Amino acid sequence: MTTPRLAILGVVLMTAFPAIADDRVPPVTDPVVIKECGSCHMPFQPVFLPARSWRALLHGLGDHFGEDATLPPETVDIIRAYMTANAGDVIGQGAGRKFMRWVAPNGTPKRITENPVFLKEHNFPESVWKDPKVVTKSNCLACHPAATNGRFE
Amino acid sequence: MSSRSLLAIALAISAILAFAADPRRDAMLSEYAVEARRLDAGFTSFSAQRGETLFRASWNGGDARTASCTACHTADPRQAGRNAKTGRPIEPVAVSVSPRRFTDKAEVEKHFLRDCKSVLGRECNALEKGDYITFMAGQ
Repeated sequence: MTTPRLAILGVVLMTAFPAIADDRVPPVTDPVVIKECGSCHMPFQPVFLPARSWRALLHGLGDHFGEDATLPPETVDIIRAYMTANAGDVIGQGAGRKFMRWVAPNGTPKRITENPVFLKEHNFPESVWKDPKVVTKSNCLACHPAATNGRFE
Repeated sequence: MSSRSLLAIALAISAILAFAADPRRDAMLSEYAVEARRLDAGFTSFSAQRGETLFRASWNGGDARTASCTACHTADPRQAGRNAKTGRPIEPVAVSVSPRRFTDKAEVEKHFLRDCKSVLGRECNALEKGDYITFMAGQ
């Protein structure tokens, strides 16, 4: 099959099965975000939370889910600028749009894994979460090897 | 000198550098030594053995999931580890396997702050940091 035909087929499939397109989000491209956020966990894509959530999270790095994730102010500024510019309520497409539907107009969620969209697609028995390679619900890479590239198939 | 012997010397030097020695790590240890001496006038030198004890000990002050450095780094620092809280893979801490370890002071300070609070429930002092790096540099 020629490339243009493949591309057309892709568009047709994505229109027919929006779930395929919805499993993808724009990957993180900022090197500071990749390095600093990625030094303890996968650098989560900004579309999963609204801008005000990223602001709140970056304001409280001294107690980041119980961890002292303090960074120099100039580093935090770079991360905040990137995460808020690409946040779910700013970008508003694909999986991000789906996630934003559940966020209250003034809600400031902090855990991506509490969003009903996440919960619906991760309705597994407890044994799955107890798998030693999973460790925590936020460990996307345990089951989605291309998660860092924004692909959650 | 022939170009062949020059090449041999260059290869020998790069082999030594690749193994462990790094002037940035040496400079870092010197800085920690100055600090350690300030804290304790009786300080003489860092000890790989004390560093190993620090690495393997179980502590009560920190997060229960990370009672010891080994919770994430495994009992063998030459092996890859896994963050006990996030599941993220961690490259080995042993310098023989990861020669870039302990070469960037800001990075080292950042991780000591986070990890010591997480494991010991407090910040580490210069003596502990120097001992830990000395242990890992020989691993």
